Amino acid sequence: MVAIVDYGVGNLFSLVSSLRAIGQEAEVTSDPAAIRAADRVILPGVGAFGDAVEKLNASGLRDVVLECAAAGKPLMGICLGMQMLFEKSFEFGEHEGLGLLKGQVVPMEGRLPAGLKIPHIGWNALRFEKESPLFRYIGEGDCVYFVHSFYAEGCADSLIADTEYGRPITAAVQRDNVFGCQFHPEKSGSVGLNILRAFCEV
Amino acid sequence: MITKRIIPCLDVKDGRVVKGVNFANLSDVSSPVELGKYYSDCGADELVFYDITASSEGRKLFTDILRQVAEQIFIPLTVGGGINTIEDFDRVLKCGADKVSVNSGAIRNPDLIGQAAEKYGSQCVVLSVDVKRVDGQFRVFAKGGREDTGMEAISWIRDCVARGAGEVVVNSIDTDGVKGGFDIELLKIVEAAVDVPVIASGGAGCIEDFITLFREIPDMDAGLAASIFHFGQVKIADLKRELHRAGIVVRQ
Repeated sequence: MVAIVDYGVGNLFSLVSSLRAIGQEAEVTSDPAAIRAADRVILPGVGAFGDAVEKLNASGLRDVVLECAAAGKPLMGICLGMQMLFEKSFEFGEHEGLGLLKGQVVPMEGRLPAGLKIPHIGWNALRFEKESPLFRYIGEGDCVYFVHSFYAEGCADSLIADTEYGRPITAAVQRDNVFGCQFHPEKSGSVGLNILRAFCEV
Repeated sequence: MITKRIIPCLDVKDGRVVKGVNFANLSDVSSPVELGKYYSDCGADELVFYDITASSEGRKLFTDILRQVAEQIFIPLTVGGGINTIEDFDRVLKCGADKVSVNSGAIRNPDLIGQAAEKYGSQCVVLSVDVKRVDGQFRVFAKGGREDTGMEAISWIRDCVARGAGEVVVNSIDTDGVKGGFDIELLKIVEAAVDVPVIASGGAGCIEDFITLFREIPDMDAGLAASIFHFGQVKIADLKRELHRAGIVVRQ
């Protein structure tokens, strides 16, 4: 069973549907016992970093997620959920993340060449930087769907794929059992489903 | 590099796709789920479902069908039609829509855009605007293109983006249905006027029209069409292949 951590952020309809489509039982839950009992944990997220971290902390689930990661349970952060795995974010101020991965989240604004639109919205190609079990069923150059205005940097040790948007942008990360996707696998067609399938087999 | 998006648009009435679609390999040619799947398998980058139902029962059918679509199709879904309040945003987002497009609802109440962007994020709010030339000016038309609002289109679009619209669909009434190509003149001006993604709509008749669109306006993000896809005049896989051959970056 895959537990999707529900801390009051975002719409999890598609994520649940996509996991069901690959034959995985999935439960959206804020129950620490259910998250601890799950085989795998997904940390979703949309919206602003500060607000999301605050909600995760207030829900009491921050420690549960950290505990699962420390116990070696496969954990995947998606979009803002990935960004929260890092040490800190500079989205509207400075906020502390979960610190599971080394690196920080910075705005695209001022860091992209002129003329590129922000947010980075649409399908963009993955460039593999390191081998990962997450890529078992997909190929280099496959496109996935992104929607974001901030990105992770200083994460060379966990970077497994990036994408080109005026500059290399962190697309996927992994350190041991901790995974993250900046893009939305649940909105990335068959490539996305294959990434979720690979995660469910880790 | 980010790819140019190709987006089929499906009109839905009482839970069924209208404008008789003609694909031999579909068992139910007016099922939004089957058609959506077909397009998704063919390489559509996003789907737009436009609810043209007037009654509340029809609206209920639409959200039921939307849920079924979202359970089975894993590409971005945009929903438009009958979006007048924050409750309407909530209704379709809960059923699996990723983005919501507003048109007449924003004309009646421009604050709707700001309220929705604040609650759901700009990436969720798509401004759809019907534009027609009147007395040498680009004017905003409401009610499905039937009513001249008197508003100048470019300043309206700028205003909506400033309020929080994260994408703009520009439908040219002058070129819509004519199949003589997209309205390059209008689209160029809109593209230059805003920093958010712009989606071209109205006028595509053949593959060449999409090539012209992305060549003439390299920063254009996407092309949207309905009948040429539904009637099979342009197959999305062929379109993608030809765009790629023309040096335009697409997802294949």
